[in-house]
Amino acid sequence: MAERLLFFLLALIVVSTAVGVVTNRNPVRSALLLVANFFSLALLYFLLSAQFLGVLQIIVYAGAIMVLFLFVIMLLNLGSPEPATFSEQGYRRPLAWLIALGMFALLVSQALVVAGTPPAQADPQVGTARTIGYALFTEWSFAVVVVGVLLTVGVIGSILLARRRSA
Amino acid sequence: MVADYAPLLLLFAIAIVIALVMVGGSWLLGPRRPTPAKQSSYECGITPVGSARERFPIHFYLTAMLFIIFDVEVAFLYPFFVILRELPAEVRTFAMGIVGVFTLLLIVGFLYEWKKGALDWEDPIERRRLQPTAEPNPQPALQPVSGEQ
Repeated sequence: MAERLLFFLLALIVVSTAVGVVTNRNPVRSALLLVANFFSLALLYFLLSAQFLGVLQIIVYAGAIMVLFLFVIMLLNLGSPEPATFSEQGYRRPLAWLIALGMFALLVSQALVVAGTPPAQADPQVGTARTIGYALFTEWSFAVVVVGVLLTVGVIGSILLARRRSA
Repeated sequence: MVADYAPLLLLFAIAIVIALVMVGGSWLLGPRRPTPAKQSSYECGITPVGSARERFPIHFYLTAMLFIIFDVEVAFLYPFFVILRELPAEVRTFAMGIVGVFTLLLIVGFLYEWKKGALDWEDPIERRRLQPTAEPNPQPALQPVSGEQ
């Protein structure tokens, strides 16, 4: 019962901060709401017995990715609120509504499918670093190497993009 | 069990409450008598030069980007070191090989970063461009700041 209460509280925070992120005109406020969103999402992961994922969500997303977002805001000098200047083409708004409503309908339909069934009890060990380690370095070891390549590409790409005039 | 993480939740709750009490308390109880000097950007006591909202050099962004990449790398290494001692011998050799390849890839990236000078804070070209000019910057007077800032 306490768990369910906690879930609804967290879900409320997650949804309201997410709405705040996209509706806020001030990019700095949006970024701060995104931090709150990442944190409450991490707590939701804990509720789902995905402890390691929850901790990583805080370390990587709420820590590092947010710093990157803030630097982009400062880099582009978006600190002060200003009206949106990009042209609003006729088809964009209906298209956005269509996609959003479609996603919502999809979510609701899936929620209705599982609504009747009793909640499955997740194995409490499923989300620990130990279980994930076993999976990563035995069954999914190829994926780990691919991720290594991807990270190296990230290093090279960001350096290439950030270097300015020097050839 | 999820209940094992109740202390963590308590910690979050206490942190939020302390933050709210500190900000809210000073907002409720603190006197507000703004003067132009108080409202101007704080630059360690020196007369402020322009707004606090300035564009930042790309070095900050680059450093943050590289930090994230190595942060994610470490995130992959945590679970490996947790299980390292428990693995059966032959699987351990395999897993260590995987981690070796993974780390080697990132060392290649790191060496590239080092050689390209992405870790040097000052861009040599930029430094040449910013050679000291003849006259020093005129000191701007303290400006009354509009309510926006």
